[in-house]
Amino acid sequence: MDSLRKIAVPVGAIVVFLLFWEALVQINNWPNYVMASPSDLPAAYAQFWELFLVGSWQTLWRTVAGLALAVLFGLLLGMIMGFSRIARDALYPLLVGFNAIPKATLVPVLALLFIGQHDFNTVMMAFLISFFPIAVSVGIGLSTLEPEYRDILRSLGASRFTIFRKIALPKTLPEFFGALKVSVTLAFIGTNLVEIVSPHGRGLGALFLSGQTNSNYPLMFAVLIALAILGIALYYGVVALERIFAGWAERQAT
Amino acid sequence: MDNLIEIRGVRHAYKTKSGPLPVLDGLDITVPEGEFCAVVGPSGCGKSTLTRLVAGLMKPDAGEVWLHGQKVTSPRKTVGMAFQNPVLLEWRTILDNVILPLEIVAPSMPRRDRVARAEALLEMVGLAGFEAKRPSELSGGMRQRASLCRAIVHKPDVLIMDEPFGALDNFTREDLWQTMHDLRAKEPFTAVLITHDLRESVFLGDQVVVLSGRPARTQFILNVDLTQDRDIDVLYTQKAADMLHTLRDQIKIAQGRDPEAA
Repeated sequence: MDSLRKIAVPVGAIVVFLLFWEALVQINNWPNYVMASPSDLPAAYAQFWELFLVGSWQTLWRTVAGLALAVLFGLLLGMIMGFSRIARDALYPLLVGFNAIPKATLVPVLALLFIGQHDFNTVMMAFLISFFPIAVSVGIGLSTLEPEYRDILRSLGASRFTIFRKIALPKTLPEFFGALKVSVTLAFIGTNLVEIVSPHGRGLGALFLSGQTNSNYPLMFAVLIALAILGIALYYGVVALERIFAGWAERQAT
Repeated sequence: MDNLIEIRGVRHAYKTKSGPLPVLDGLDITVPEGEFCAVVGPSGCGKSTLTRLVAGLMKPDAGEVWLHGQKVTSPRKTVGMAFQNPVLLEWRTILDNVILPLEIVAPSMPRRDRVARAEALLEMVGLAGFEAKRPSELSGGMRQRASLCRAIVHKPDVLIMDEPFGALDNFTREDLWQTMHDLRAKEPFTAVLITHDLRESVFLGDQVVVLSGRPARTQFILNVDLTQDRDIDVLYTQKAADMLHTLRDQIKIAQGRDPEAA
């Protein structure tokens, strides 16, 4: 009963949303170049299913690759900032400044730096846009570790690395996954940004662009829905990882 | 070597923005092997600094700390620590929390032996059956019991406790005092206990050291001549009342008040 409700409620909400959208378009009598309706979409998927599969895969792997880079780099940066006050003071303004730059402005910069390396540029953008939350949250998690936690192992003569591995790292995992949930969405946006903005792009973003160029409005909306589904899948992928590695942080409802 | 812990003429100051802040100045404490030393004093008099010095986490500006006839200059594997906050690792079960020090001190010890050792201790403190629980599922008193098990699981020479019962309610605290005594009977250790509670110091201590106000020096030492195995009723005897009264007067002096006038 409980598991049925867990599935039925969100599915029901999606159905209601689609009905509302359909009704909105029908009642206002909008032509599909103003707004396509859900009933236009199956035809678009049926016609271009191969492009959707290829595009989704390209978008997916480049997002995941960028995010993986962001995790490695973010963890490293977070560790440096968490353990060294000087590094924190030095890096923080740089990071904040970098994060404040609208990433769309970096697309031409990257494109000129690495001409023609479309895959590489896309992965780089996904990485650049998403490492900041990881670095900051890991840094804060490590620097706010209560001294008693450290003292328990330090008084036994444990090395800094042992303390990091046994205590600091697992203790920071909930913050890390909190940041990863933000980062996965950001990386996804980064990937799509490059796909849409750069000429001769690949992935779902390029498919969206070709829909626009050919005035195929149902295709554009179909891409948007596909992007939403892919985004949801990525997000819940992170949630599943969180359950496995930081499930202990979730308190049982009492 | 009869004296396990010897603290001789220790002085220490912290650097602050408004210049050095001396916290310890002329501290002398001697604890024979197997004895339980309770340290009391006004708040902010450097008691926690004392625990970090004995654990080798800090070096004093002057004076010496000796453990087992060896000068303490860095952390050693032979101490156990417990704090007011039980600082259990939330991602580990109670059993794995207790095992933690063994992973550092005895990396080659088989898992089976570690588990057996931890289970025996948990049983002694009344936590049998809670091995697989997470710390968040236990009450404050139970967490502190687990924390004590962790502090002695590797059979340390010295158990250093910084107000371990400070955050507990009165009845739980008295239960834990009793547990402490029972543990000592089965698992002999030398202990330094920092506390604010005079009754606790008399009930648990073989000697009670009163520190003066900051900067702290050894102001007074009370030898607790009660039998080794005690239960809580001993606190209601005349003998205990006299000792508590003496300590109370000493604390007033440490706070800078005249015991007669106050």
